[in-house]
Amino acid sequence: MDTIDLINVNAPLGTAARPASSGDVARKKKKRREGRGRPVDPAALAEVRALLGGEPRRRDHLIEHLHKIQDRYHCISAAHAVALAEEMRLAPAEVYEVATFYHHFDVVKEGEERPPAVTVRVCDGLPCELNGARRLLALLQSGGYGDKARIVSAPCIGRCEAAPAVLVGQNALGAATVADVDASLAQSRLTHPIPDYIGLQKYLAGGGYRMLKDCLGGARNVEDTIATMESSGLRGLGGAGFPAGRKWRIVRGEAAPRIMAVNVDEGEPGTFKDRWYLERDPHRFLEGMLIAGWAVGIDEIFIYLRDEYAHIRQILGDEIAALQANPPVPLVPIHLRRGAGAYICGEESAMIESIEGKRGIPRLRPPYVAQVGVFGRPTLEHNMETLYWVREILERGGEWFASQGRNGRKGLRSFSVSGRVQRPGVHLAPAGITVRELIDEFAGGMLPGHEFYGYFPGGASGGILPASLGDVPLDFDTLNSYGCFIGSAAIIVLSDKDSAKDAALNMLRFFRDESCGQCTPCRIGTAKAVALMESGNWDRPLLDDLSKVMVDASICGLGQAAPNPFLCAMKYFPGEFA
Amino acid sequence: MPLSTNGKVPSVTFQLNGKLIETRGDETILQAADRNGVTIPRLCYKDGYRPDGNCRVCMVEIEGERLLAPSCCRRPTEGMKVASASDRAKKSQALVAELLLADMPSQGKSPYRSESELDRWAAWLGIEKPRFSQREQWKPDLSHPAMAVNLDACIQCGRCVRACREEQVNDVIGWGGRGEHAKIVFDLDDPMGVSSCVACGECVQACPTGALMPSNGVGLVTPDKKVDSACPYCGVGCLLTYNVKDNKILYVEGRDGPANRSRLCVKGRFGYDYVHNPKRLLKPMIRKEGVVKTTELIDPDAMWDSFREASWDEALDVAARGLREIRDEHGPQALAGFGSAKGSNEEAYLFQKLVRTGFRTNNVDHCTRLCHASSVAALLEDIGSGAVSNQVADVAQADVAIVIGANPTGNHPVAATFMKNAAKAGAKLIVMDPKRSDLARHATYYLQFNGDTDVALLNGLMNVIVAEGLVNEDFIRERTENFEALKVSVAEYTPERVAPITGISAQTIREVARLYATAKAAMIFWGMGVSQHIHGTDNARCLISLALMTGQIGRPGTGLHPLRGQNNVQGASDVGLIPMLYPDYRRVDNPDVRAKFEAFWNTKLDPKAGLTVTEITNAAYDGIIRGMYIMGENPAMSDPNVMHAREALVKLEHLVVQEIFLTETASYADVILPATAFPEKTGTYTNTDRRVQLGRQALDPPFDARQDWWIIQEVARRMGLDWKYAGPADIFEEVRLAMPSMGGITWERLERESSATYPLRREGDPGEPIVFIDDFPRAGGRGLFAPAKYTHADEMPDQEFPYIFTTGRQLEHWHTGAMTRRASVLDALEPEAVVSVHPDDLSALGIEPGGVITLESRRGKISAYARADSGVARGTFFMPFVYNEAAANLLTNDAIDPFGKIPEFKFCAVRPSKGEKVAAAIL
Repeated sequence: MDTIDLINVNAPLGTAARPASSGDVARKKKKRREGRGRPVDPAALAEVRALLGGEPRRRDHLIEHLHKIQDRYHCISAAHAVALAEEMRLAPAEVYEVATFYHHFDVVKEGEERPPAVTVRVCDGLPCELNGARRLLALLQSGGYGDKARIVSAPCIGRCEAAPAVLVGQNALGAATVADVDASLAQSRLTHPIPDYIGLQKYLAGGGYRMLKDCLGGARNVEDTIATMESSGLRGLGGAGFPAGRKWRIVRGEAAPRIMAVNVDEGEPGTFKDRWYLERDPHRFLEGMLIAGWAVGIDEIFIYLRDEYAHIRQILGDEIAALQANPPVPLVPIHLRRGAGAYICGEESAMIESIEGKRGIPRLRPPYVAQVGVFGRPTLEHNMETLYWVREILERGGEWFASQGRNGRKGLRSFSVSGRVQRPGVHLAPAGITVRELIDEFAGGMLPGHEFYGYFPGGASGGILPASLGDVPLDFDTLNSYGCFIGSAAIIVLSDKDSAKDAALNMLRFFRDESCGQCTPCRIGTAKAVALMESGNWDRPLLDDLSKVMVDASICGLGQAAPNPFLCAMKYFPGEFA
Repeated sequence: MPLSTNGKVPSVTFQLNGKLIETRGDETILQAADRNGVTIPRLCYKDGYRPDGNCRVCMVEIEGERLLAPSCCRRPTEGMKVASASDRAKKSQALVAELLLADMPSQGKSPYRSESELDRWAAWLGIEKPRFSQREQWKPDLSHPAMAVNLDACIQCGRCVRACREEQVNDVIGWGGRGEHAKIVFDLDDPMGVSSCVACGECVQACPTGALMPSNGVGLVTPDKKVDSACPYCGVGCLLTYNVKDNKILYVEGRDGPANRSRLCVKGRFGYDYVHNPKRLLKPMIRKEGVVKTTELIDPDAMWDSFREASWDEALDVAARGLREIRDEHGPQALAGFGSAKGSNEEAYLFQKLVRTGFRTNNVDHCTRLCHASSVAALLEDIGSGAVSNQVADVAQADVAIVIGANPTGNHPVAATFMKNAAKAGAKLIVMDPKRSDLARHATYYLQFNGDTDVALLNGLMNVIVAEGLVNEDFIRERTENFEALKVSVAEYTPERVAPITGISAQTIREVARLYATAKAAMIFWGMGVSQHIHGTDNARCLISLALMTGQIGRPGTGLHPLRGQNNVQGASDVGLIPMLYPDYRRVDNPDVRAKFEAFWNTKLDPKAGLTVTEITNAAYDGIIRGMYIMGENPAMSDPNVMHAREALVKLEHLVVQEIFLTETASYADVILPATAFPEKTGTYTNTDRRVQLGRQALDPPFDARQDWWIIQEVARRMGLDWKYAGPADIFEEVRLAMPSMGGITWERLERESSATYPLRREGDPGEPIVFIDDFPRAGGRGLFAPAKYTHADEMPDQEFPYIFTTGRQLEHWHTGAMTRRASVLDALEPEAVVSVHPDDLSALGIEPGGVITLESRRGKISAYARADSGVARGTFFMPFVYNEAAANLLTNDAIDPFGKIPEFKFCAVRPSKGEKVAAAIL
């Protein structure tokens, strides 16, 4: 299509007729040929049809279909976008806006360069940054990969225990070096090796799915099951901490058909527990999910998995297929949906939008997703790990789970520990443990030469606390009075070699990049905060003011929590502002 | 979607800033505050649109809640305590405004409009210089002739997105990117001017800051006056406001009319500078002595070669004398008049009264003959009334809507928005048309059936409904007659037999039949694709039978709606601008009726039905009709086989043309009377929904152009009639006396309410949006099943002329282009004659898209640019009849439907060839 010169075709003020311009000539020629808009390219349409095969053309499959095009052609060309719109009976703008919302789609228009076949994503999350990710990125970017690979920085890819982490294609490298990246590229190792996990047979051999059969077979009833969940005190482990049993009861009380949406969009910087469990025991999660589905009366299940976890996608895809091939009980439809690089889709309502094939824009509440969720239906939304615990809680009783805990708190927490500790990783520990206990008892202590300085108790969102508050019990609710929260229990440990100011800036950049852009306080607020913080000399009264509108008036948790890093830095690390 | 004001929602009492407020209906905190005089700022909120709650400038504090809440989205609950002016609420409101202002150009007032809502609220909140730095700014996009896109003033409130996607459902605007890079985009972030934008301008009307504005910088000019009026173009009947400065239309805004809910289309919003076109006729003109009439069109630039200026007195005298002499010498039947469906009810009424009482003949007709005459014939025959049963917006109540032979997104764009709204809300659209329109994307079923096979397709649907026992037996028994004959007639049209004829699979025919028949409420819309065939009346009969056999009529969301073309084709027909009917559809050949009108008009009347448009043309060609008065119609472009029509016009001894431009028809005039354009006059107009609406004068007519009603009256006086009408209101009083169906509509009510739906017999009645609830206005009150047999078009493709040629309209142009080709924006958007061709046919013919194609029929030959359009069926060419340099009607066939006398514009045979030259437009 012709590009029209952006010549001002506006006539002088108040004149009725408009003069002709060179834009008119180009438009005239275009109109002769094809009328308004972009015509569908028959070749591109044939390619899109071939890729989609017999898959549904429904709107909720848009992101899945965009993945097919991106995977095959390494980008979404304008011709393919228009053809996909035609094939799905969408408007081109509807395809474009979704494709450009997600990091993992590259829309390439006429005259623009197509990206190389391989993208190397260097994690710029804080744990990776602490471990030299910036230097690695700089080295790779000056590495002359040309059209072989493109090097980009990426938000946390969920491998903080092995920082700095890099994705070469879909192959995740831990403690990565330039040599590792080169080797992967040279050997075309672009998919991640599948770890040795407990498959269906092994899981069944270990008593797996017996609980589910008991439930559906009538050996257990729904009321007792929900009561057990309630007595366990298990709370939502995605970060919000809503009591799981109560959620089941609420959604069960809504009108059918009801839908379950499982959140495996683990994107909170510092968090990698869901990946950790799914790499080991995926059926424990699936069984919990199916039990919850039975108890709540769910008609259809959507599992939303972040795109960075390609190997988990393979594991879950294989194991769900295995389960469906040999169902231990009659199964409701289970759909595995692929994220496309958007932290915001971990927010429950944004995830629902994404499941529906749209941009991941959080919804306003009320109405709550329990009432109006996926496709407008009442929806039970759970973090993966919450469901992971269901089988064991039902086997061992609610009291067993509730009897865990320390410092007056109840239950177990899977802490994703990263940063300056000897043994980063997922550590299952009693809820209420303090960070000092966690470091010493579970994480092998601080790294040699590093002195405990401060910590993020709950990923990017949960704020920063100083070492002087290292003895506060870590659990839901216990950190509120400090302006912090535990969230997904991602503990990032800082040492005396680190700066809270720098760490806060890293997190604010993350929020700025991951803000969906819907509401003013978050869209503009995160950008202005970064600008203020980058200026070095923070305007602390202005940041304070800014935080108020962000906390009070943002639509979702991202914007509401985004000021936490800079507020904590100013509050708890006054020394850095001297 | 507007917030429901459903009275069923119980009201609650809540506290706002300490004051107790009782809610009304389903209102939000913001709406309750507005109603109680409490000011809360708002930016992303727009009255009538779905509240989105994204800007966060309307945040309020609710006691007991951790966070502030957007007052535009939250509904109060009983006992809720809300503070909109607490320190905390004010802080957020002010910071939101400050953040947005920081990103404005120069961090200050919008440079694009003087009444930016952001500026207003920022001032109200006391924001001065923002304390934050400015974002990196977007570049302007000035690629569109009508609208300027300056995203440096964009606050990402998404009102334009809702405008484009939820109100108009044109789906051009999207949100590109995310976060701080989230950006309003057109299609794939294309320049607006080459995007699929249909220029409805809803986004411009919605934008609070001027980031989207009409071009020409009008946002910074303060209008002298705002005049509430109506749109001059199509039958949808959008209400609007003219913003006028120095007797020029600066810009136009949609008004919340019942038929348009503030929406407009490209013509209704940007199609007005034709009234300021330098080629407007400004003085009466008389053909120069000795200038012979030929079929050649006269170039307006050379019109003084053929015409001379005259005073009004002289021109009117010459005009009337010519008509009078023919009448007196050759009898009344040697005269005829074409009135206009673009003029007001008052003008149409006067015009037919002049012909009937001054010419003393019923030879008066107008373009209804060319659009829905067959529909009206079938409707009058089968259900006793030619008007729609249900209004367009009633589609919101329908579960299923059939749209057949119509391109509403192009020709009734605002009506189409209501259909698309319904589809988005879950209604199932069934679009049936040989040419795929933009509406097809929203349809559950799109049936691209073979042109000319309507009767076969519709009989096939009815066959299924009968065969599967889906008929509404109660309705048939109680409210219809002649069903047995229909049943017998459709029996042979099994889906298997119909499938190869129509090109639609038997399975699809069955599914569609079931869907329509079993819907709780199903509506049928149709357009000229149904009516403009020699079997147009049969086509319409089938649609009527479909509704009758399923009982899909007489209730909300059901019924029959032939979409009317012209803004006042309904009204012109209602007031008797039809050769066989007096006002209110009373037959001229009924002695009782005639006696009443003879008494009413105090004169003897011609007892014989007059001739129709095509018959008048033929009679002129044959020398039977010798003199004509044509007001605002353009038969030299709009008639089929138009060279024949031009030859007929040449043969007239005396032709008076009342026009605003030197149209093709005016080329053949003896006297030209310069008239007024729509915004220059006041009058009533009746839309497709039977809504009588008031158009108010916004401009003074240019130079010596005169009011149409005055011109008609002056001709009438010179024909010996003693007329003394004082103006439109005065004429309207007589119209409503002549028409019991709208006898209760008063001028005062229209001045007050702008719109009233008839039937409305007694003053104060609400009007009847849905008719035929209990019976049909036929003798006996029953609907008639009129069986129809499948027949072919008059001229089928053959070896010599192997392709099908079909005509219609396009979004940017109006009919013969007299107005729109002289409107600069519309002309810029569609400047050239194009033929739409399937890309595969283009390849087969060896013609590049945009190349020249020449088409020849048995009647004529034209050359135009070939536009690739995969929506056109293979083997078919589609062309709008607007371009005089390649007049589609030079090719069309003037064979007519025996009942409606409508020509077969939709089907003739042509032979294509590559190349030749496209002639220059004569404008």
